[in-house]
Amino acid sequence: MANPHHDDTAPAMRDDAAAPARSETFQNPGLPPHVPRRADGDPKAAKRAEIQVVVLFTLSALASIAFVVAYFVIDPDLKGYLLGIGEINLFHLAIGVTMGVSLLGIGLGAIHWAKTLMPDEEVVEQRHPQVSGDDDREAVAQTLSHGWRSSQLNRRSALLGSAGGALGLFALPIVLPVIAGLGPRPQGLYTTNWAEGTLLRIDPSGAAIRAGDVTQGSVFHVMPDGWVGHEAVEEHGAEEAMIAKAKDQVIVVRLDPSLIKSQKQREWGYEGIVAYSKVCTHVGCPVALYEQQTHHLLCPCHQSTFDMTDDCNVIFGPAKRALPQLPITVDGDGYIVAAGPFREPVGPSFWERERPGLMGVE
Amino acid sequence: MSSLAARRRSPLALLMLLFLGLTFTGTAYAALQTGAAPGTSAEGASQEQLGEGRQLFLANCASCHGANAEGNGEAGPSLYGVGAAAVDFQVATGRMPLPAPGVQAERNISQVHFSDEQIEALAVYVDSLAPGPDVPEEQWLDASQGDAANGGAVYRTNCAMCHNSSGTGGALTRGKYAPTLMGVDAQHIYEAMLTGPQSMPVFNDQNITPEEKRDVIAFLKSIEDGANDQGGHTLGSLGPAGDALFAWTIGILAFIGAAVWLGRKAA
Repeated sequence: MANPHHDDTAPAMRDDAAAPARSETFQNPGLPPHVPRRADGDPKAAKRAEIQVVVLFTLSALASIAFVVAYFVIDPDLKGYLLGIGEINLFHLAIGVTMGVSLLGIGLGAIHWAKTLMPDEEVVEQRHPQVSGDDDREAVAQTLSHGWRSSQLNRRSALLGSAGGALGLFALPIVLPVIAGLGPRPQGLYTTNWAEGTLLRIDPSGAAIRAGDVTQGSVFHVMPDGWVGHEAVEEHGAEEAMIAKAKDQVIVVRLDPSLIKSQKQREWGYEGIVAYSKVCTHVGCPVALYEQQTHHLLCPCHQSTFDMTDDCNVIFGPAKRALPQLPITVDGDGYIVAAGPFREPVGPSFWERERPGLMGVE
Repeated sequence: MSSLAARRRSPLALLMLLFLGLTFTGTAYAALQTGAAPGTSAEGASQEQLGEGRQLFLANCASCHGANAEGNGEAGPSLYGVGAAAVDFQVATGRMPLPAPGVQAERNISQVHFSDEQIEALAVYVDSLAPGPDVPEEQWLDASQGDAANGGAVYRTNCAMCHNSSGTGGALTRGKYAPTLMGVDAQHIYEAMLTGPQSMPVFNDQNITPEEKRDVIAFLKSIEDGANDQGGHTLGSLGPAGDALFAWTIGILAFIGAAVWLGRKAA
């Protein structure tokens, strides 16, 4: 009486204790009762469903024909305004919508057919036992045992070893060319088109750069002389020009010399103007997002960040090496030229990269 | 008409009127605003204009940039040599005066507090302290005279890494970002290249010539007009991130919904 709450729960607990011990397995609930669809009993509904399916299939067929017509009739450059989307190419819209309706008609028709007219009775298919009869199993064992003995493998074990070795090693002639044929070693990254005296030219205009043009805060994207713009494509072919663009691209900025932390960086530059390879040392994206206030150089692919005041060392991101610096100087006419080639391979790392002597310098 | 008249004394009517009035004046003002006239520089500025500029400067800029624009340490840089172009860009796009300290000043075209004449006065005053780049001449801002194809080549080499290949902007380090270039006035695009505001580098006339700057403007205006769109929704032209967000949320949800519907029993 002092605790009415306890009194309320007590009968329930007694009931529980009186119930039989609970089974560990679930009872098979069986299939839910079958509910006939309207089309199962009503011929009118069935007819209606049939017509709906036929309409959907016909719609698909008409859309396919409309696709062909649109493909030939509509001008591929025709543009128009569509509410909610804006300016849009009407040719693409027309062939997209007709092909979509064509596929959708087939799909919806098939689903509607299956859901309304095809039988939907639940059927249980009984499975026969998987194991074979005792007689069959005995016969197979006999056959295998007989084969083993008649091939004399039970007495001459060297046969099995040598056959296994021959078969195993045969995998090598198949696998080796696949691995060896994955492509040439990246020899190309050892050399670029930069050499002593190569003019730095602005990409894509091709203008040479005077040291005075590089004001503080500005950034120049340059290529070596002879590898800029359409002329390079005409002279060397599109592929060579593209490879050059991928390897030779260089970024030039002027820094306050007092900000530069590395003596080597100052010496390889010219009055605070420094040139660095633009190819990321991570996987080779062009690193070109230069923030003129922080002097950070950011790679847009994986956010590797390089500090331009500290010899382009990595300060953030997955890149592991500083960007290679291109030594520069000024020629007799005051134009910026390379003082020499890159002293290390540009771009991402590869196995043989650190092997000494391959660059012709230490 | 009669029902509208009946509601004219409702307290909501006043709110509605205020809202509409503010919206319309704000948009109309922003649409007309371009900033200082082309070619603005301290040369040929009247004494009166310089005086007005000085008054505006002292009232709005001096607390951060110093009474003589000499700079004030962390609060604001010196404005010597930034030129009329930089002043016009910063003030006419609503970046300056800075509403609050932050990672970077944001474009806020509806919050420009000055008339074109006032911006011009401010620009010539700052330019008169120590000269810098002038507001560009009209001829370099006319996109119809530019070569969009060459502009695209210049843009892809110099601008696309930060501002995105379709000019919609992108992220930089530590919360900074390159803003979208869509809907930006040609004059401000030119001035940004010329003066290198905030994180952006300077592209002086030796690096990108005035003709090439006009080509870049022509390129940006052509993609603004849909020259790059080949159909379908652009999803903001933000590149794979926007497309993936759409495909992985809306697209896959639709597929799951369709699969659930297909698997249900008809009844």
